[in-house]
Amino acid sequence: MIHSLFLVNASGDIFLEKHWKSVVSRSVCDYFFEAQERATEPENVPPVIPTPHHYLISVLRHRIYFVAVIQSEVPPLFVIEFLHRVVDTFQDYFGVCTEAAIKDNVVVVYELLEEMLDNGFPLATESNILKELIKPPTILRTMVNTITGSTNVGEQLPTGQLSVVPWRRTGVKYTNNEAYFDVVEEIDAIIDKSGSTITAEIQGVIDACVKLTGMPDLTLSFMNPRLLDDVSFHPCVRFKRWEAERILSFIPPDGNFRLLSYHVSSQNLVAIPVYVKHNISFREGSSQGRFDLTLGPKQTMGKAVEAVLVSSQLPRGVLNANLNASQGTYTFDPVTKMLTWDVGKINPQKLPSLKGTMSLQAGASKPDENPTINIQFKTQQMAISGLKVNRLDMYGEKYKPFKGIKYMTKAGKFQVRT
Amino acid sequence: MSVQNFPPIYSTVVEIFQWLKSVYKNISFPEKGSCLSSGRSLAPRGRRSCSSIGCIVSVPFGSHNNVWSTGRDPAIWEADTDAVYAALSHHLWSTFTAPEAKSSNEDLKEMLESNKESLKLEAMKRVVGLIAKGKNASELFPAVVKNVASKNIELKKLVYVYLVRYAEEQQDLALLSISTFQRALKEPNQFIRASALRVLSSIRVSIIVPIMMLAIKEASADMSPYVRKTAAHAIQKLYSLDPDQKEQLIEVIEKLLKDKSTLVAGSVVVAFDEVCPDRIDLIHKNYRKLCNLLVDVEEWGQVVIISMLTRYARTQFTSPWKEGAMFDEDNEKAFYESEEEKKDQTEATPYTMDPDHRLLLRNTKPLLQSRNTAVVMSVAQLYWHLAPKHEVNIVTKSLVRLLRSHREVQYIVLQNIATMSIQRKGMFEPFMKSFYVRSTDATHIKTLKFLFLRDSDAVFPFLFSSSQTYVKSQDKAFAAATIQAIGRCATDISEVTDTCLSGLVLLLSNRDETVVAESVVVIKKLLQTQPTQHSDIIKHMAKLFDNISVSMARASILWLMGEYCERVPKIAPDVLRKMAKTFTAEEDIVKLQTVNLAAKLYLTNSKQTKLLTQYILNLGKYDQSYDIRDRTRFVRQLIVPNEKSGALNKYARRILLAPKPAPMLESAFKDRDRFQLGTLSHSINSKATGYQELSDWPAVAPDQSVRNVEVVEPKPRNLNSESEEQSSDESDETSSDSGKSSSGSEKSSSESEPEQKKKTKTKKAPQKKSKAAAAVTAPSFGPVKTHELLHHMTGKGLSAKYHFPRQPCLYQPSMVAVQVILANSSDHSLEKIHIGDRSPAGLNIHCFNTIERLEPEASVTVSMGIDFSDSTQAANFQLCTKEDQFSVSIQPVVGELLMPSTMSEQDFSKEQGKLLGMNETSATVAMATANTSSQAVSKQVLSVANVGVVSSGPNDLHRFAGRTVSSGALVLVSLELKESSALLTINTEKSVMASMLLRDLKQALALA
Repeated sequence: MIHSLFLVNASGDIFLEKHWKSVVSRSVCDYFFEAQERATEPENVPPVIPTPHHYLISVLRHRIYFVAVIQSEVPPLFVIEFLHRVVDTFQDYFGVCTEAAIKDNVVVVYELLEEMLDNGFPLATESNILKELIKPPTILRTMVNTITGSTNVGEQLPTGQLSVVPWRRTGVKYTNNEAYFDVVEEIDAIIDKSGSTITAEIQGVIDACVKLTGMPDLTLSFMNPRLLDDVSFHPCVRFKRWEAERILSFIPPDGNFRLLSYHVSSQNLVAIPVYVKHNISFREGSSQGRFDLTLGPKQTMGKAVEAVLVSSQLPRGVLNANLNASQGTYTFDPVTKMLTWDVGKINPQKLPSLKGTMSLQAGASKPDENPTINIQFKTQQMAISGLKVNRLDMYGEKYKPFKGIKYMTKAGKFQVRT
Repeated sequence: MSVQNFPPIYSTVVEIFQWLKSVYKNISFPEKGSCLSSGRSLAPRGRRSCSSIGCIVSVPFGSHNNVWSTGRDPAIWEADTDAVYAALSHHLWSTFTAPEAKSSNEDLKEMLESNKESLKLEAMKRVVGLIAKGKNASELFPAVVKNVASKNIELKKLVYVYLVRYAEEQQDLALLSISTFQRALKEPNQFIRASALRVLSSIRVSIIVPIMMLAIKEASADMSPYVRKTAAHAIQKLYSLDPDQKEQLIEVIEKLLKDKSTLVAGSVVVAFDEVCPDRIDLIHKNYRKLCNLLVDVEEWGQVVIISMLTRYARTQFTSPWKEGAMFDEDNEKAFYESEEEKKDQTEATPYTMDPDHRLLLRNTKPLLQSRNTAVVMSVAQLYWHLAPKHEVNIVTKSLVRLLRSHREVQYIVLQNIATMSIQRKGMFEPFMKSFYVRSTDATHIKTLKFLFLRDSDAVFPFLFSSSQTYVKSQDKAFAAATIQAIGRCATDISEVTDTCLSGLVLLLSNRDETVVAESVVVIKKLLQTQPTQHSDIIKHMAKLFDNISVSMARASILWLMGEYCERVPKIAPDVLRKMAKTFTAEEDIVKLQTVNLAAKLYLTNSKQTKLLTQYILNLGKYDQSYDIRDRTRFVRQLIVPNEKSGALNKYARRILLAPKPAPMLESAFKDRDRFQLGTLSHSINSKATGYQELSDWPAVAPDQSVRNVEVVEPKPRNLNSESEEQSSDESDETSSDSGKSSSGSEKSSSESEPEQKKKTKTKKAPQKKSKAAAAVTAPSFGPVKTHELLHHMTGKGLSAKYHFPRQPCLYQPSMVAVQVILANSSDHSLEKIHIGDRSPAGLNIHCFNTIERLEPEASVTVSMGIDFSDSTQAANFQLCTKEDQFSVSIQPVVGELLMPSTMSEQDFSKEQGKLLGMNETSATVAMATANTSSQAVSKQVLSVANVGVVSSGPNDLHRFAGRTVSSGALVLVSLELKESSALLTINTEKSVMASMLLRDLKQALALA
């Protein structure tokens, strides 16, 4: 299975290595560096690279390459999924997953990697179990440890490891028992030149933050479960119950976790909450181009569209942009040619617009494509698919928990072709 | 290198070194990395760090001639022996490979040897930091290894990390640590046992192979499933260290495969795959168990089990694919490619799927909803390779969902989807929109998506319109892929060929060279397939010829001109004229095609082109490239008639202007279906090391009964290997006298009911309970006995068995955990299985959740908690299905009402002192001869009661401690061996329990 792991930063230095079997020389990464040099963008490095004796499988997260060295046949997704789980765990432990954070916590990182894999096969990847084995570093705990000489490492086998609910530790206690659920939906859409929707779909997740004492058994039911077309669950959800009754029944892990991600069936028409009027043109022979963009709300069910951010990769020939924003601020990076416009909230009475000219390289021919516009936005208190949670019940414990549900709609990969 | 000589010479070496330092300022010193492999990233860092010391020396390690490459003053070295050299290089190795550690390593050593824990810990943390950076810290080995037995758990763990890293290099010293691990393997704390085994098996020193083997064997029979899991991992480690142990390891694997724990299942299958993937016979008996456990196995285990079962199923079941063939073999014949299957069709035997085959498919299906992409992929490949054709479609939706995941996941999934959709067009058609390309996708993902899109007829109009957008994309590699895809569309879907061609011709006037070049190449291929009415396009291309500078494109146009010169009689010679002008400046590939064109024109239209051809052939004759000279000579001999060329000349026309078959435009994924989907080999399209072929379906199914042994076997496996036979015997028995036993159980339950109503016990105070929960640690796992709860005759097909898993109950600490295995042996599915009324009314039961549906032949394990209030009174309740109610009762054995408690020998004596007098019960037991060893005694005691072993010295006194689950009262068992008899003493305030326990223990110990 996984033989070794190398962490490579953006400038191509190996800053951490870990071997689970006999040591593999660093020089194996040369093949990776070769592929990296060949790729134009960091994302274009192929995830699977065969070398004469090994296979390198890498993922790129937070501008760090996690390169796993494999010696024999293994499902590549197995490795990729595991590497992403490693990154998630680091993020969970250190807040961020950057080179600096990893270097600062190199001992914890090593202890974690040691626990997560044994002989290249995953051993404990559930965050609740890991946290019992190795406590996450906090400032308070570091101080206490230095004074008392106690350690971050647990001495007992985590209770979850043996039980039928490995994701939950036993003996959880809270004074305030609370369970919060966030229903977050993302709209992926491609809008063509004329404003008609080429494709639009809704992907949603339910993230939960559950802080309940003991072993609560929760059930969550929806008003309209038929909307959910394709779902994937946290391991705690009982498949059978869902298949028979469309009810989510589970003993939750302690803390934050993703309960469910779903896809809304494509038959339903997707309401697009914003529209864009654009006029971007370059004229042959002139070194000027026109840029004119107006945003407006559409089908928002009365909720405000917030945190709007427009970004666009302008053609290479554009030297500078001289624009005027009616609202918010815009920036243009002359090196990457990236135009970003932070709009903020859309006011339906006074639509935000960005107008002006772009100066082109003198003598250069007219760029042959118009830039694509990427839009981000957020709408609170609304799930665009209309999904509604009906009720949340708790069994197995006697107290009354505090329950909360929040809805939000965001733009996912929302592109407008011009 | 002779390290033995090292200490005495050391000082002189250092002196020489100091001296060298002062003399040589700029001698270069090769790093370890660059010696071995010229590691790109290592070299600069090594240089930087060396210069910080100020002296850079070149030592060619491993070669004894040419000692100092600088060669300035070799005289001094001639006097010294090899030993000096060896010592010096050894010294340089250790100091220079971690140069900044040179000074700090000294104080790290000091810190490690100090008495303060905190200093040691700090030092170890820094050492781990060095290891993480890939620096060499091996010289600290002796200092580090001393701390292996440290009390501080974090320090110990870090030492383990170090040990595993360097043990291979320092084998002798590593052996010093082995005894520590051997001792730890006997610890009562399962976690410590497991980690000791983990480290012990990771130390790659061949001398300890026998020790490892022994440890693995012992651990594989451990009571804790966690330790057994670790043993499964250790099997692979030992196998890679010493493959000669294979036979013995297979035995262990066989034993572990029978394990019932979900924790072990995944790991042992990994070991199986690694050590003996061809021993399919080991799987037979465990097949159904693995299928049933699958949903509860941790996600990583699921992946390996599923792929193993895929291979298994391919050898054991007959192909389900012929079924579809019988129904619609006329129109869908294309699907069934292999010869073998066509033969099967003619036989036309009705196909029925093996129930085990169905079981696998049914049990893997819910896993499509896993959050783990690897699990989803492996289920998808299982369905692809095993399911009947009409069922495969259920995986598409889940695969499409994975496309929302990380970039790397998308990449792999798209590769697999591409292979699938080539074989089964239209499979992903309903989800076309998910494959639309976004400007933010990485190039290889865009390309894959597009490769895939062209498969569908329905999507064509969209494809074509958006390809106009894609072609304009700044990502040129992607633009090229788009054009290729259009080309493939045009060949595959004949109705749209014209549209595609005209679209491509439009692209010819694109300003971007790569786009134009790619279009020309594709048009060339297209025209070749349908040359009839396309002379316009050829003319258009000829016009554009002047503006195109990419050589591949130019060559393609020239070839087209030559091939179809008869359709454009006026233009072709003109193009040749232009080429003659620029011939010398063209690239080789263009020159070759020019010669070709000239030759073809000479044959068809020699009147106009004779001179031009002569001119070009003359130019070619003196070209720099021998390839072109060769070709020119050949062509001249072929076409220009002279006395020498003879017969060949006559055939020139037939040779050059032969009708050429059109090329097949194929997807790059055409040949990938030879690999199992989802594998590494499939991803890189070549066989990876260790790839195991997926065998073809057998023509005749092998014997199905090999899997039968466990049909009526819901009993959790005893860890002893002989249990295999036992269980089958038992199952025979139960089925034969089923009527009798079921009536008996009914009777007993009805009898015990009124009895229980009389006694109503009040619950113990809660604070006592919490104390009990805290004190109870490290549950011990003994062999588990299964009891019948409901026989399938009584239960109208529903049968239930229960056992005590001896785990702390999840629901309430005062409850005893009970696992109930429900099985449906009727021929219809049972619905809404739940627990109804219970008695006594106050009985505190944590019910399992209602089971909505239990299919025939299926079984499910549920866990419940029962508060027996420390009495052996039966818990009666009703087991209800949708239609029926069955009253059942669980009669606890007294030993199961206990939880093991760990305490030291002193504590034990202290507590025992408090529980004398009427709290003490004792008896003399006649011991069976087999039970005199201490191990056998513990085994027997633990089989009766869930207590913990109190570690004590090697005398004849055995102590066990436990607490009652409900009230947390101490129960102390001590056993003093006296030759053939023993004095058994039980101290507890629960005197009723004591006498019952005494009776049970007496029986067990007297039993051989």
